[in-house]
Parts: sequence; C-alpha cells; structure tokens
Amino acid sequence: MDDAPLFLPRPEADRLPEALRSAGYGRVLGPVARDGTVVLAPIQTWADLPAGLRDEQAPGHYRLVPGEDRRCFAWANGPQALKPLTFAPREVLWRARRDADGALQFDPAVASPEPCAVLGARPCDLAALALQERHFLHGRFPDPAFRARREALFLVAVACTHPADTCFCAATGDGPGLPRQGFDLGLTELKAGYLMVSGSDRGRRVLQSLDLAPAGKAQRRQARAALTRAAKAQTRRLPGQRLQAELYARLQADHWAQVGERCLSCGNCTAVCPTCFCHMETDEPALDGRDSTHLRQWSSCFNAEHSFMGHFVVRHDTRLRYRQWLTHKLASWHEQYGRSGCVGCGRCITWCPVGIDLTAETAALLAEPPHGTAS
Amino acid sequence: MGPHPDLPWPVRVDHRVQETRDIFTLQLTLEDPGVRAAYRALPGQYNMLYLFGVGEVPISVVSSPEDGGPLEHTIRAVGRVTRGLERLRVGDRLGLRGPYGRGWPVDAARGRDVVVVTGGLGCAPVVAMIRYILDHREAHGSLTLLQGVKHSDDLIWRRQYRRWARQPQVQVLLASDQPGPQWPHSVGNVTVLLDRARIPPGALALLCGPEPMMKAVIPGLMQRGIAAEDIFLSIERNMQCGIGHCGHCQVGPHFICQDGPVFPYPGIADWIDREGF
Repeated sequence: MDDAPLFLPRPEADRLPEALRSAGYGRVLGPVARDGTVVLAPIQTWADLPAGLRDEQAPGHYRLVPGEDRRCFAWANGPQALKPLTFAPREVLWRARRDADGALQFDPAVASPEPCAVLGARPCDLAALALQERHFLHGRFPDPAFRARREALFLVAVACTHPADTCFCAATGDGPGLPRQGFDLGLTELKAGYLMVSGSDRGRRVLQSLDLAPAGKAQRRQARAALTRAAKAQTRRLPGQRLQAELYARLQADHWAQVGERCLSCGNCTAVCPTCFCHMETDEPALDGRDSTHLRQWSSCFNAEHSFMGHFVVRHDTRLRYRQWLTHKLASWHEQYGRSGCVGCGRCITWCPVGIDLTAETAALLAEPPHGTAS
Repeated sequence: MGPHPDLPWPVRVDHRVQETRDIFTLQLTLEDPGVRAAYRALPGQYNMLYLFGVGEVPISVVSSPEDGGPLEHTIRAVGRVTRGLERLRVGDRLGLRGPYGRGWPVDAARGRDVVVVTGGLGCAPVVAMIRYILDHREAHGSLTLLQGVKHSDDLIWRRQYRRWARQPQVQVLLASDQPGPQWPHSVGNVTVLLDRARIPPGALALLCGPEPMMKAVIPGLMQRGIAAEDIFLSIERNMQCGIGHCGHCQVGPHFICQDGPVFPYPGIADWIDREGF
C-alpha cells in the first residue's frame, strides 16, 4: 500500500496505542528497556518506550547508552525478534491419556491467542517472519499453533534509522527501510514525530481512525535521508546474497576447524536468530501415569541431541556443527525456501559469548580455494 | 483451527515376533475403524510410533500396502523409545501417525527388473517393496535380492528369504562379514555378491542400509549397466516431527523426513556418507 505518508506528531504519539486498543488489540507489546537491553513487553503509553537510548553493539557486546535526543527508536534491536511471538520457545502439541484398561486417547492442544499488536517490528524481523511463515505455514503440513498466533498479530513496523555496528540488512536486502508488505502499519521516526503508512487493510483502518495530516515534503525528505544514512552507516556485509555454490565448494575448508576452536557450541546464535526453526519434541509424563504431555521446544544444531541417531551422533564436534549452521543459513536455505536464511540483523554476532562474526567467518571461508563441489 | 498435523492415533499390538536378540516385529492395528479403512502406506514410507510417556520414533512399514491386515514394524532396540517398545506385548496400546515421506518408485518399477541391495537391518524399509513386487509378480521383471550382514547372527527373516528365493525369477544372495559356524552363504561384505548376482542392464536398483555400504556398491551397479537415476537409496536420520518442521533430519538441503527417506541417487549423491551431514 503506497499511500503518501501521514504524520503523527511526537506529543500525540500516545494516540497510536489507544487506537490499537480501540481496534481490538487488548494486548500491545512494544520495546522496553529492561535487563540492560531492549525487549518486547506489554506497554500502556508512549512513555514506556526507551526514549533517549541507543544501543551499542559489537561482537559479544551489547550496551544501552544515552542517545543524542529523545527519540524512542534510536536503537537497532534487542535479542528478541518476533520469533517467540509466533514460534513459541516451548509449547504443548498434544496430550495422551491412558485409562485403567490401557487404552490411549490423544487430544490436540488448542492455541487461542488473544489479539496482540506489536510496536517496533524491524524490517529484518519482518523478513525473518516471512521466512518462518514459509517454513511453518506454506509447506504440506501448516502448523496450526503458528498460524493462530500469526493471525492474532498486528504488526507496527518501524524503519531503522539507527543501525548498530553489527547490522548488515542493507547487504542482505532486508532493510533498513520498510518493505512493501508484511506489516500493518509502518513508522519512520523523525525528531518531531512519525511518518506513518499502512501496509494492510486493517492497518489502513487504524491509520484512518487517527485522522492525521499528510507528512510535509521536508519531513519526507528527512525520512529518506535518515534511511540513506542508516544504510551507508552499515559497514558489515556478506560477500553476496547467493553463496551456496561458494560454500558447498568449501565444505572441506580448513577454516571450519579454526572457527570450531573458538565456538562454544552454546546455541546462543540459534536462540537469537529470527529465522532458526529447529526444535525438539519431548514428552512429560504425569507422575500418576495417567497422562503425558507432548511438547516441542526450541533446539539447536549446536547440540549433540540435534544429530543423535540412536547409536551415534552425526555431528560429533563443534567444527561440524558450525559448518551445519552456517551452510544451512547461507546455502541450503536457498534450495529450501528460495533465499538465504540470513536477514542481516546481526544478533548472532552480538550475542555470541566469544564474538564470532558470521560475516568475517564467511569471508575467511571464501578466501580459501574451493575444494570440491556439492550441487 | 484445524487438528494438529502431528496428532497420533491409538493402535493396539496384535502380534509380536522376536526376530533376533534385539530385533522384534510389532503388528499394529489402528483402533478407529474409519482411520483403519483410510490408512494406506506406500512401500518405503514410515510411521512415527509413540510409546506412552516416553516419546516417538520413525519406523518403516514392513507390510505390503495391499495386505490389508495389521501394520507391521520391525524394530531394533537401540534407544530409549525402541527399548521401551521392545517390552510391549500383545494387547498393549501405543500411538501411531503417518504414513510420511516419499517411498520407493513403485510406478517406475512396473515392468522392470529390480535389484535390491541391503545391509544390516537395512532390509526393513525395503521389505514392503519386495512384498509389493511379489504380490504383483507378473507386472515386474526379475528380482535380485542381495543382503549383507556384519555377523551371521544378525540375519533376520531367514525363512522369508528362503520363501522369496522359491518364487519365479527371484535370486537371493546373502553375505556375512563374520560368519558363524554352518553359514551356507558368502563371506565378506555385500559387494562380494555382485559378481554372482543377476543384474540385468537397465534394471532398477533399490538400496538400503549403512551409507558407506550403499556408496561402495553403487560403482559396481553402474558398471553393470544400471543408470545413476535408476538407483534409489533410503536414508536414515534423527526425525522428531516427520512433517518437515523440526529440522533434525536435514542433510544438506534435504529434509529426509519429507523429501525422502527414499531418494534417487543423483539428488543425494553429494551428501551421503559425508562426515557431519
């Protein structure tokens, strides 16, 4: 939806969460400064947002620091993306009940999430959500819990005017500006207020209810300039958007062992990655033996469990697990979902305890000569 | 919201056979008559079997799709779930969902000679296909079965092999790396059987078993006139969901649970028996 942007002056910003509640979204999540970072949490008013804070991100490093003005979105991202809101970290799939005769009955878990508006979805988060939708909803077996949560979400996207040093969405093509679709309302923050566009019919209805004046020419120019600056400020990049041939030709590269020496195999990168979808299924039997709960919970290709085969582990060392993660993310995602699994958010770099930087590792791998090929 | 795509159905153990010390077969009947009538697994597909309170495992269906009787699953007790399944007896209940995945090329096999090469318990995923071919004997050419086991005591279904060998146009050759006393068959791995086997050029080859074994036998099959695209392999990995969601079974770009477990050789050639994949 390409209507000319409207302008929400900063002093009136509280009208937005009010309009969302009036539109039926009783639960409004927004960015909140907590535990030394920015997390998505329930908000009541604009005053709950992290005004005047910036994030300082580097490999293995995250700090919130004072910003230059009272902007609320002068940070890039926190450890959470939208992922936990649609793909729950831990959820019940079904329950098995056993009666006195030993007969079994299976009852599906029914997810009925309440309508929820999220303020502050970043362009990289939207790109990641689109990828998760391809995985969980567009295959042969659409996931009902994911679908219910996704349908309950109203997304207020906010363009990234202040990327972190770890960001490289300009190189992956997923930011820093708003995408064409995949959100309901889109904001670009200026010092004096917000340019607003709608990205869906329900977004348009909320926007109309705000009855705002169109943004002025100068405001539109400022927003464009801010996004151009944001793209130019990004120094990290991957050496291309389609790397599968290059990476498949380097499955035997020496560098895998080198990075494997540094990697702790902790799985932080997969937990903060907005596209990683691996999960394990597990059972929790009740103590009285009458029923058992079958759950899924986030898992990681950095765990031994991930490739456990009953009598051996396919990826028995960290070198092989890092290779699995990186070649999946940047190579085999293309075959599986038509694009790279990396959206340039940089979270895996920031939240890695030893500061492993996938852009640097990929460059180091590609600096080695190709060995053989895998098609 | 629709039903969950991975909700099991209750099944009952109808019959149990102890095949070897740690291999057993469960014949399972779906308790719901409607589900039972609608269920049909193609040869090479698998079910997720659920042991109450413990968890699920992927197990191939051994019975022929047209058999119409209980669903047969042959299982080796190696892990937590399979060791629990081993303790089930006739009348016990468990959960079953499926069938999942792509099985053997049933249509392509029509009118063709078929060579089956298996190793270890690797035979189980292909038994349904062998039974299907024998159920439709006239619709297929010759059938050659080459089975290798590490120790001769690991050989299951001796009687079944003898029965199959008596069928018209069927050759059965067995080999063991570590033969016990009175082993009447060949000694060595399954590749030693190739020279004695009837391998008509242009045949379809179905392979199942450890990946190094499958990789070792492929050049011999191709030298004898079997095209790469006529070779099919059944691949095994950690599978927890069976529906392409959980991510455990990935081998390169392939989700074994849905894209496989049976693959044409050219599609999986770069990934099999490769450390870490």
